[in-house]
Amino acid sequence: MSVVSAETPVWAHRTPRKRLLLWAGWLACVALFVWCWERMTQRTIWAFVWDAPTAAADIGSRAFPPRWSYMERLWAPLWDTINIATLGTLLGIMMAVPLAFLAASNTTPSRLILRPVALFVIVATRSINSLIWALLLVSILGPGILAGILAIALRSIGFIGKLLYEAIEETDISQVEAITATGASQGQILTYGIVPQVLPSFYGISVFRWDINIRESAILGLVGAGGIGAQLNSSLNMLAWPQVTLIILVILGTVVVSEWISAKVRHAII
Amino acid sequence: MLRIEGLTKTYKTGDKALSEVSFEVPKGQVVGLIGPSGAGKSTLIRCINRLVEPTSGTVHLNDLNVTGLRAGELRRARRRIGMIFQEYALVERLTVMENVLSGRLGYVGFWRSFMRRYPGSDIANAFRLLDRVGLVSHADKRADALSGGQRQRVGIARALAQDPELLLIDEPTASLDPKTSRQIMRLIMEICRERGLPAIINIHDVVLAQQFTDRIIGLQAGRVVFDGPPSGLTETVLTQIYGEEDWTAMRNGAAEDAEAEAEEKAQAEKMLRAL
Repeated sequence: MSVVSAETPVWAHRTPRKRLLLWAGWLACVALFVWCWERMTQRTIWAFVWDAPTAAADIGSRAFPPRWSYMERLWAPLWDTINIATLGTLLGIMMAVPLAFLAASNTTPSRLILRPVALFVIVATRSINSLIWALLLVSILGPGILAGILAIALRSIGFIGKLLYEAIEETDISQVEAITATGASQGQILTYGIVPQVLPSFYGISVFRWDINIRESAILGLVGAGGIGAQLNSSLNMLAWPQVTLIILVILGTVVVSEWISAKVRHAII
Repeated sequence: MLRIEGLTKTYKTGDKALSEVSFEVPKGQVVGLIGPSGAGKSTLIRCINRLVEPTSGTVHLNDLNVTGLRAGELRRARRRIGMIFQEYALVERLTVMENVLSGRLGYVGFWRSFMRRYPGSDIANAFRLLDRVGLVSHADKRADALSGGQRQRVGIARALAQDPELLLIDEPTASLDPKTSRQIMRLIMEICRERGLPAIINIHDVVLAQQFTDRIIGLQAGRVVFDGPPSGLTETVLTQIYGEEDWTAMRNGAAEDAEAEAEEKAQAEKMLRAL
């Protein structure tokens, strides 16, 4: 028989002191929220807010039905949009792949110089939104598709580069070791030991970025970088709501299709 | 054939993995390297082909001082040393054939290997080796579609594709079941005998080591504490290498397992008959 004590043992997840602190923490959060709400709504004109449903209904009624005949003027910019996304992604991949190999700690040829440089380029391109890249490039190159492609490519470098170098760093060393042990050269170690391991991630990342780029390239036209966004911008300026509806529907359709393709491709690889 | 003198490895963390290890392996001898985890077995065989850089000491392969080689020469030396790994270390997403051919990487140029255009003689030899390890019909399967034992056979074929003068084998059976372990050990031994290949096998299964190898080297905390024939592994020696343990019981363990299995089977049959 085991030892049976007189009292049932007591066990608590937290000590009383910790519980008290937890409650104080929650109280502070609520107080902060109330204070922020006060600050945020200081200059709100409530009449507009109460009016919002009516305003939305008004625009909605003017936006329907979509102006289907406008479609014939959308095919060309839609094609441009898809091309901007696709070419931009390809260009981005071409620049991101070498960067990723320079940035990954297990493949970089120089830890002290090249790796920090590559990491900086990846962070820098990633931290600037493609719309801002497009603004800059339109003012440098003038409006048009080229600015859009470059904007998408630049933004994609950071995204693809970062995910790819992480995939490279996560490769199984024993496979690399085995290839090294055969007397393979550096290039062969890379193509046999590492590339096969990161290839699925590479395809997955690329298709995922292409899918995101379709969405991003649809708005680049707002700043003059080509594609369907230009039509959206002018329709909005002319208050041509039925056209706006059609454009939004077209963008939605394109995004759904691209997402479907990207999901299919990723599923096929992994 | 292989001469190791005063090999010492101190890791950056200050851990001394090997200290003053010296021994020679003549042609055709298969050496079992035993010792507890962390004794430096893995480090020792990795120092021979310099996957791990030794801190001091020398490794001679015939008359070639491997420890003094520069990058290009080291690659040529590595071609002569085949290596077989614990977790097989195949390139999982490549086919069996590509994995075997990767043993030729030291002999072919970058583009040839990149385009998978290996010389006809290499391909013919790869098929011969796959036939030898009994996997010819699996040549175009991906490595990750094979079972553990099959993968290790591919690992053996890859090492042999190098046409090595020495085999380094790191825990070849650690990820395999007892039966497959024996088959793999038997295969390795047969191949070493056929080709007169010397080999160093890291192995933690003392019974397997004793049964299959020509000579045992016992490592303990980075030092050689035993070097002799398998029959010389007495209980005192094993205790010196591994610490206190009931060695006779371990040896009898295998036999007992078999007996227990037979008994269970008999019991089951009895129950079936009763039904």
